[in-house]
Amino acid sequence: MATLLHDAATPDPGRWRRDFPILQREVHGWPLVYLDNAATSQKPAAVIAAEEQYYGRRNANIHRGVHTLSQEATTAFEGARERVRAFVNAAAAEEIVFTRGTTEAINLVAGSYGQGLRAGDEIVLSAMEHHSNIVPWQLLCQRSGAVLRVAPIDAAGQLIVERYAELLGPRTRLVALAHMSNALGTINPVRELVALAHRAGAVVLLDGAQAVAHLAVDVRDLDCDFYAFSGHKLYGPTGIGVLYGKRELLAAMPPWQGGGDMIREVRFSGSTWNELPFKFEAGTPNIAGAIALGAAIDYVEAIGLAAIAAHEGELLAYATARARDFAGLTPIGTAAAKGAILSFTLAGIHPHDIGTVLDSRGVAVRTGHHCAMPVMEHFGVPATVRASFALYNTRAEVDALFAALAVAREMFA
Amino acid sequence: MNADLRDLYQEVIVDHGRRPRNFGPLPGASHQAEGFNPLCGDRLTLRLQVVDGMIAEARFEGAGCAISMASASLLTEALQGRSVAEAQALFAAFHALLTGPDDVPPAGLGKLAVLAGVRAFPTRIKCATLAWHALQAALQGRGSGPVNTE
Repeated sequence: MATLLHDAATPDPGRWRRDFPILQREVHGWPLVYLDNAATSQKPAAVIAAEEQYYGRRNANIHRGVHTLSQEATTAFEGARERVRAFVNAAAAEEIVFTRGTTEAINLVAGSYGQGLRAGDEIVLSAMEHHSNIVPWQLLCQRSGAVLRVAPIDAAGQLIVERYAELLGPRTRLVALAHMSNALGTINPVRELVALAHRAGAVVLLDGAQAVAHLAVDVRDLDCDFYAFSGHKLYGPTGIGVLYGKRELLAAMPPWQGGGDMIREVRFSGSTWNELPFKFEAGTPNIAGAIALGAAIDYVEAIGLAAIAAHEGELLAYATARARDFAGLTPIGTAAAKGAILSFTLAGIHPHDIGTVLDSRGVAVRTGHHCAMPVMEHFGVPATVRASFALYNTRAEVDALFAALAVAREMFA
Repeated sequence: MNADLRDLYQEVIVDHGRRPRNFGPLPGASHQAEGFNPLCGDRLTLRLQVVDGMIAEARFEGAGCAISMASASLLTEALQGRSVAEAQALFAAFHALLTGPDDVPPAGLGKLAVLAGVRAFPTRIKCATLAWHALQAALQGRGSGPVNTE
């Protein structure tokens, strides 16, 4: 058994739970046990209130009106950008581009920076990438004639760094890697991986969709060229995400989408582009989403990512210990450096059947390939069950998970 | 355990899921099709031996959840000795069982009626229909690529 979950110095997760209205609800007559946080996290009341306040008090389009509401909305929107900048420690707010999410951020880089790639250029990925960090590069390869190279992972689900280093060479133009794997929980040594790529002259995009809610991210310390993440896995709303890019790279990149806000002057003989970051923000953005993302960051920072990581680390250790004692359970992804994700299979029971049984007892997990089919292929399984933890989860919820798994095992044994 | 869950995982389904009947290759099959559910990765191949418009033999191979395996297993049992026209009528009746407006199971389904519990689990209907879409594709000669449930 793991050690006590909390010592006197650790804050009480029960207090955090009360910040999330949805955690009061029941599912099929059981208290909701929400363990699908890697898909999307729940939202604290402060985030819900931020959206409501925006629509209830300040709704207006940004960057153009001279009226009061437009000024207030613009101030709140740009204030959120500054919150994001400080959160990832970017050098300037103009390096923060708002997108719809991680997927759009990656597509933006593939669509814009990718225009500089030519036939024979190489793009290096890892074998643990989410489909959204694979497919945009495949599309770019189709357009440009560039070639994908894939760095393999080992039996524990860790990137084999030597093999990755061997793939890097004079043809490598771009490297795209998950900071933390959504299917396995593996945390990549991204600082080292970025340095290796830079030595080969490649630019690096990090997919931070999973990492941002669990690890303090400092883009200048990592020295990555691009960093992409979503609001909704960070206790914020869906439909808002962030692309961080180094200023000199963003400045040299062509626009991605055309429309209002991204232009300086439009003439039928030709148009000129707005300054950063607006060059990449065509059309009216998700204003409410950006403001609420700012509120989510405030919420996370008030607790502190160190406290969150410590709490989740204890939960993962407890869940991993319970998993070890559970007959028939095979963990998938056992990296030494791991975020709060427990992916596994149960002998003789398909993950979908497990998911249905768990749901009947109020336990929400993800079952399937987790948008990482190559990872499933690597482990030779069609699907896994994935329990992923957030700051509001408790040891009692881990117990509820294993009680429900025991029911599933009994039904199908 | 709640009643819906008990209806879903009836003994017959758990049994057929664990020990599917007519499981394995069918050398010399006259019709075949692959079914694939990209959502969960369930994949199976259904093969038929059709002689003079009659299904002499039906077998399948693949991997998936208890619902998709049991449904495929029960389907192959039900197909043996039926005409192609009867098989198509069976498909229509089974589809109505899972997605039709009536709670009353259509007639003529026999043992297949145990899959009625899937109605209460909309996310699992595609599991139950996977083999049946493969059947349609096989009979229509669309067996070259996998049939997606999406």
